[in-house]
Amino acid sequence: MSDYDPVEVTPLHADEVSHMEAGALAAIKAADTLDALKQARLAHAGDRSPIALANREIGALPPAARAEAGKRVGTARRAINEALVARQGELEAERDARVLVEEAVDVTLPWDRRPRGARHPLTTMQERIADTFVAMGYEVAEGPELEGEWFNFDALNIATDHPARSEHDTFFVESGESGMVLRTQTSPVQIRALLQRGVPCYVISPGKVFRTDELDATHTPVFHQVEGLAIDEGLTMAHLKGTLDRFAEVMFGEGISTRFRPNYFPFTEPSAEMDLKCFVCRGASAVPGNPSCRTCKSEGWIEWGGCGMVNPRVLIACGVDPSRYSGFAFGMGIERTLMFRHNAEDMRDMVEGDVRFTLPFGMEI
Amino acid sequence: MRVPLSWLREYVDLPAVTAHEVADRLTAAGLKLESITSHGHDVKNVVVGEVLEIEELTGFKKPIRHCKVEVGEATPREIVCGATNFAVGDRVPVVLPGGVLPGGFEVGARKTYGRMSEGMICSERELGLGDDHHGIMVLPAGTPIGADVVELLGLRDDVIELEITPDIGYALSIRGVAREAATAFGVPFHDPADVELPEETGPSWPASIADPTACDRFVLREVRGFDPSAQSPLWMRVRLTRAGMRPVSLAVDITNYLMLELGQPLHAFDRGRLTGEIVVRRAWPGETLETLDHVVRELDPDDILITDQSGPISMAGTMGGLETEISDASTDIVIEAAHFSATGISRESRRHNLVSEASKRFERGVDRELPLAASWRAARLLAELGGATVQPGVTHAEVGVRPARIAIPASHPGDVAGIPYAKETVVHRLEQVGCAVTDGDDPAVRTGGVDPTGVVTGGELAAKLAVAGDDMITVTPPSWRPDLTDPNDLAEEVIRLEGYESLPSVLPKAPAGAGLTEGQRLRRRVGRALAAAGYVEVLAYPFISEADFDNLQLPADDARRRAMRLANPLAEDEPLMRTTLLPGLLKTLVRNVGRGFPDVALFESGAVYRPREGAPRTAPVLGVEREPTGDELASVEAALPDQPHRVAVVLAGEFDRSGWWGAGRQECWADAVRAAQLVAAEAGVELSVTADQHEPWHPGRCAALYSGDTLVGHAGELHPRVIEAYGLPPRTSAMELELSRIERVMPGPVEAPRVPAYPVATQDVALIVPDFTPVADVEAALRDGAGELLESIRLFDVYTGEQAGEGNKSLAYTLRFRAADRTLTAEETTAARDAAVALAADRVGAHLRGV
Repeated sequence: MSDYDPVEVTPLHADEVSHMEAGALAAIKAADTLDALKQARLAHAGDRSPIALANREIGALPPAARAEAGKRVGTARRAINEALVARQGELEAERDARVLVEEAVDVTLPWDRRPRGARHPLTTMQERIADTFVAMGYEVAEGPELEGEWFNFDALNIATDHPARSEHDTFFVESGESGMVLRTQTSPVQIRALLQRGVPCYVISPGKVFRTDELDATHTPVFHQVEGLAIDEGLTMAHLKGTLDRFAEVMFGEGISTRFRPNYFPFTEPSAEMDLKCFVCRGASAVPGNPSCRTCKSEGWIEWGGCGMVNPRVLIACGVDPSRYSGFAFGMGIERTLMFRHNAEDMRDMVEGDVRFTLPFGMEI
Repeated sequence: MRVPLSWLREYVDLPAVTAHEVADRLTAAGLKLESITSHGHDVKNVVVGEVLEIEELTGFKKPIRHCKVEVGEATPREIVCGATNFAVGDRVPVVLPGGVLPGGFEVGARKTYGRMSEGMICSERELGLGDDHHGIMVLPAGTPIGADVVELLGLRDDVIELEITPDIGYALSIRGVAREAATAFGVPFHDPADVELPEETGPSWPASIADPTACDRFVLREVRGFDPSAQSPLWMRVRLTRAGMRPVSLAVDITNYLMLELGQPLHAFDRGRLTGEIVVRRAWPGETLETLDHVVRELDPDDILITDQSGPISMAGTMGGLETEISDASTDIVIEAAHFSATGISRESRRHNLVSEASKRFERGVDRELPLAASWRAARLLAELGGATVQPGVTHAEVGVRPARIAIPASHPGDVAGIPYAKETVVHRLEQVGCAVTDGDDPAVRTGGVDPTGVVTGGELAAKLAVAGDDMITVTPPSWRPDLTDPNDLAEEVIRLEGYESLPSVLPKAPAGAGLTEGQRLRRRVGRALAAAGYVEVLAYPFISEADFDNLQLPADDARRRAMRLANPLAEDEPLMRTTLLPGLLKTLVRNVGRGFPDVALFESGAVYRPREGAPRTAPVLGVEREPTGDELASVEAALPDQPHRVAVVLAGEFDRSGWWGAGRQECWADAVRAAQLVAAEAGVELSVTADQHEPWHPGRCAALYSGDTLVGHAGELHPRVIEAYGLPPRTSAMELELSRIERVMPGPVEAPRVPAYPVATQDVALIVPDFTPVADVEAALRDGAGELLESIRLFDVYTGEQAGEGNKSLAYTLRFRAADRTLTAEETTAARDAAVALAADRVGAHLRGV
């Protein structure tokens, strides 16, 4: 083996190597499909190709000859591989240009085999409000919709003969004397929360409430409120105002214009009403001479909800010592919030369940 | 409360401000603006004219006059008029050509009935003064010709309508509103009740109070020789009309006018129809009274009455009796001004469903110091305007009442507000309200009682309400503010007058909360899952009818027929509270189909109301002076129905839509079952399905859904009769689950599964079973038989036909096996498969197809 003469090892002869390279390059060039190129690769660059076989012979050469032969074969193999890569690129580009064009579809075709549904905006609005307050540390409290009269009125300092009681347009259950009503407000949850949780107490309670109003554009006998209650040491009206200001800002954005004015509720003292500047006329209709506004009845403001400092009498009825604890409560209209935030004009749309109204609201509001 | 601005200005020295500015200040003080109505601002060119000549035109369907009217111009105007109630020489309002009447109605010169008409002679209604359209308004003789009628009659005014909350009865009067306006603008207030009274020379018509709980002040005055034909002056009629009351007759108008101005309801009796002493008392059993509205009312022993020797003559503070009413012949009048129990009048008014202007005021609290002044002013007006003579003497029956006194630290209003107020500010504001304020706290002066709204004050409760502190002040509220009973009432007065808008805005620092409960999170997930699956949420009213139970084909003894009933439903035919969510959903589905959407999938998530077996019929109404005991609260809860949360779906039409891709897929019972599984999956609960027969579902297409042994709901296709009864599309399907039950069986946190990387071994089996065999049973047998190595099982074909054999079906399953610790051998998987098939054979008689 040691006296091998490189000249005698035919495959490593310079002419022979050039010949192999030329043959391979020609075959690569001639390949006109990716499959043909694959065949050419196997034949001219594969494990059993002439150049590969020639490469194996290098080891048989005397050390002095190996370098030169190796260099010669290596150069040829590099040239072949480069040609392969180049041709591969050319052919793939050709294929892409042809086949992918052939496979093109009309992507504007509609594909609505299973349209998605939606949640009711009043539900998602209640959730968004709850989330706002949960983020402030409140918890979500619940209470029954068909409620004891004591919870709905008496415990809230609305005695039987109180004029406010008859203003509530109450649905009575079974009879006027059963002691059971459909709750006219979410405020009974205040009582339940205080009795069950004690103090300090920070809860929010969205839910259905009922009044005997006929359904029209601005009234519905079944509507929604969100009740908020905070009882702690040292809470003041400033805290109530701060909380509602923040709430309004989160709901309606920073540019929202609100009004805080005195009102009366038996279960809060002092009491207030939070009004929002009318979303339709922006308050303009209240100015004499301007066109009137159906939405705010030309008052320029829309009532968002009532609030106030929890009446110490209510605290006493719930076993809370008013000399130590104070707090505030509020009840805002969810329908109002939806009308205001989303420019919904007619309450009936929220009630009737027409899918055209609900679908655009999607999953969250 | 409607307040003409001109009337208000009479008692407040208001600066030159618009009605809107007044209303804004009043709103900020708690008297909220409802609306402002402007009168007469657009009226122009209406002058006083004298009728010079009248020519009756003939040949027309109605009488027509052609008049010459002197209006103070160079020549008289010729005007055609259709009214006949005026004569030559009468002074009348005339709108000249180019003039404008209320409502922007422009008047020009035109030819009518063959004559020129240069303007129009006006009626009261045309001038916006009232409803009188019977004829021309004839002005008093001597009214200056050519004078501007707008100025002359005070046509121009703004009426502010205010919403008065039930606590401030005093604001149901010009007097009360004027006091608030004076405070709001910081200008002097002139009290219309501040009149000099004649000395009480002795009683008038005899009267006494028999029940001091019904009435604590009763005043009578008499006038004689009243001219019943006297007309109310125009200014009075205009004010009454603008304040929302209809002018009736002079005597009645005077009582109404003073009620509006002072807030004191007054009643006028025909003296000639009274017999003997008047006594204020409660009704006796069996008594009746025919009231002014010609209704004979059966009186309740709790009713407060004005009586004389003949029996009841008036329902106190509510409505007078017909018998003693003043008529168009009454000349001698007895005026009653009284102070009745607020709760008593409130009850009486509700009991008889009789709300009057008087009862509205009494139940909200009337100033008990008003009757002497109000009755005196009434007598004076009857004399001045009706020619009557005021009889000397006044009957004044009275029950002593100690005024309420409240002691608070001077800092209390500021402590409530969250901003300190100086003591001088607190005292000044309380004095503006009308309170007397003294330094120090004398516990002896604190008194209790019952405020006008029935709220008990004093005693143990007052002690609990008391606020202690340094620098105490003792406050005596004025007689017109019986609502001020508690320390916080005084705080509100100070804060509202200082202005709510000046309160600081501070966020409290609540302790960290625990976030939403598992149940609350579940309800949100369920809503999202159903919406994502194609369902649209509805919030239907929870009111249903007996007919719904019939439409749902519920058997007579079905528990869902037991429903809570409303005493006063909005719709008489829907008096029941829903025991199932389906009626509301089905009606909403029909509505959507009717509006052109035949492919509908809806869901609702909400409460149903299920009466409890053996529940008490009434929930006790507990006291409020102390915290109720646990037993007392439980007695309320016991009467309330169970109110579980349910979720339901209904669907009709295509669930997968048709389109360019080909035909869609009609919804079916299986979609309803799937919806139930989606809901349960959100709770981490696996439902088992069994066939059931349960209304309103199709008896052959109804699935009962269980979690373990707990029935949680039903799903499937609706019964054809239900579909017919509600007018639903054919094959409508529905599902209803009791989410509250699912919530109770929710497992804890998910145990993280192991996911071995060893290869899967798959085996298909086709089993022949009798047709009636539930697939769920076959699958359960395969699972149990296959043992632990089984990773999953999937039914990929159901075949009925010749090759399955008569009365059979073929079920083709793919079983996937995998071990956690090794690659399974073919022998192991085959053994597991064989064991599965063997158990299926054993339990449901299955055999391998082709074997």
